[in-house]
Amino acid sequence: MKEEVIHLKSLEAQSFRHFDLKKKLRISESIIQGLLFFAGILSIFVTIAIVYELGKEAMLFFALPDVTFAKFFGTTKWQPGIGQYGIWALVSATLTTSTIAMLISLPLGLASAIYLSEYASPRLRSILKPILEILAGIPTVVYGYFALLFVTPILKSFLGEDLSVYNMLSAGLVMGIMILPLISSMSEDALSAVPRALREGAYAMGATKLETSLQVVLPAALSGIGAAVIIGISRAVGETMIVAVAAGAGPNFSFNPLEAAETMTGHIARISGGDLSYNSIDYNSLFAIALMLFLVTLVLNLISQWVVNKFREQYE
Amino acid sequence: MENTNYAIETNNLSIHYGNFTAVKGVNMKVERQKITAIIGPSGCGKSTLLRAFNRMNDFVPSCHVTGELLLDNQNLYGKNVDPVEVRRKIGMVFQKPNPFPKSIYENIAWGARINGFKGKMDELVEQSLRSAALWDEVKDKLQQSAYALSGGQQQRLCIARTIAIQPEIILMDEPASALDPISTLRIEELMQELKKNYTILIVTHNMQQAARASDYTAMMMIDDQRAGGVIEFDDTKAIFTRPKDKRTEDYVTGRFG
Repeated sequence: MKEEVIHLKSLEAQSFRHFDLKKKLRISESIIQGLLFFAGILSIFVTIAIVYELGKEAMLFFALPDVTFAKFFGTTKWQPGIGQYGIWALVSATLTTSTIAMLISLPLGLASAIYLSEYASPRLRSILKPILEILAGIPTVVYGYFALLFVTPILKSFLGEDLSVYNMLSAGLVMGIMILPLISSMSEDALSAVPRALREGAYAMGATKLETSLQVVLPAALSGIGAAVIIGISRAVGETMIVAVAAGAGPNFSFNPLEAAETMTGHIARISGGDLSYNSIDYNSLFAIALMLFLVTLVLNLISQWVVNKFREQYE
Repeated sequence: MENTNYAIETNNLSIHYGNFTAVKGVNMKVERQKITAIIGPSGCGKSTLLRAFNRMNDFVPSCHVTGELLLDNQNLYGKNVDPVEVRRKIGMVFQKPNPFPKSIYENIAWGARINGFKGKMDELVEQSLRSAALWDEVKDKLQQSAYALSGGQQQRLCIARTIAIQPEIILMDEPASALDPISTLRIEELMQELKKNYTILIVTHNMQQAARASDYTAMMMIDDQRAGGVIEFDDTKAIFTRPKDKRTEDYVTGRFG
């Protein structure tokens, strides 16, 4: 034992440099710090650049003598070519399809997350979760034609002639299916992260599995679930291909899911796809729509954040 | 009062994880309204045994129990026994305070509510907090989060919420090991109060705590197959002053462990 100590001492003397309390320049530390800072600043920069570009181009639209904020926000017909600038014609479709999508994906996603996290055996979970995540890997254009060619005919057999060939219901439903794995997977992560001690505390009080899952684990995971909902909403509002293919191709101020209507994203995709000349009114209007899209997403995010903060229960 | 002095008995109780036997052949009669301590070196199966008493081990997939655990002559591992009901009768306080991320009030009201309490909730909350010697410290902030409390207060809140559902037996798994000495003392004083109404089973690493606070002590030790078992179960005084088993003597005098 003693010999070992002596040996270690001499080893230290040989292989470590002497103590020196002077400040040292650690180059690799500085480089890494710089790189990390750069990565952080880049995303902020890109965001600012996008908002700037959107704002600048949108201002060109609003600067047109014919366009007023009153018309933009106060009317419900959108056809810039003939002087109709009512953005609600497009916003209504975005809100309708997104609401349908969230009505599908939120309850189903949460339910499957609770099942995976609280009920499924580890073996079953390791099989089910990857399968669910495959859904997230399907290109949205495929979902679009799935909505148009598969879901709409089925809905038609129930709803008959009331349902247009292009309709918001089918697009919203399929969009919900597309978002479901995202909500489910993120919520499952949030639920699994709730400490086991909380579950044990609940079980030890004579709580059933359902009471524990819904009344203890779920509220404790709410901030993570809230993040999932926020991302889900953003996906729904920003989704383009599904609505472009299945919801309809023409602005229509309507909240009736059976009708065809064009969302903001669908409209941008359709208009910008053709031979659009630079500086035409259609061209400029696209940026105004995009800015509006940005605002809608922002407002919805703020609302969901507020809701989550109100109801969440924090554990340390 | 039932005709027996024992709150709960084990009859050749063994706990297995798959093919491995973690706790073997425990025969214990736990007296009513007394504090029974379970001591022994780390890894001897103290907590495993304690968790068998309210069927918390049910959540470990590979775990199964043989033998009998008798509460009022009913085997809690019998075929038609609902573990949820068992846990309602036999409450548990854990090593680390684990209040729910709810208000202080809700922490107590929740358990009562899910167990079908129909009386005046405010009174129950106050009574439970008083019984856990916490009322005076929290009466002005019942709606605040339980996480605003100190560790010792959180642990007393966990005791309060357990009392609120009026179990017959309270299991405590090293309830003071995460607390400072003053909070520990308060928990021990509280245990003396609680034993007037409840039977308490406590697992502890702290031998002084067992000696100070308990009426009976079970000494556990692993055998050569690494299965834990109760090697001596007696009056706490007897265990600490004139143990019959040499291993108990070595352990309580600090010769190992």
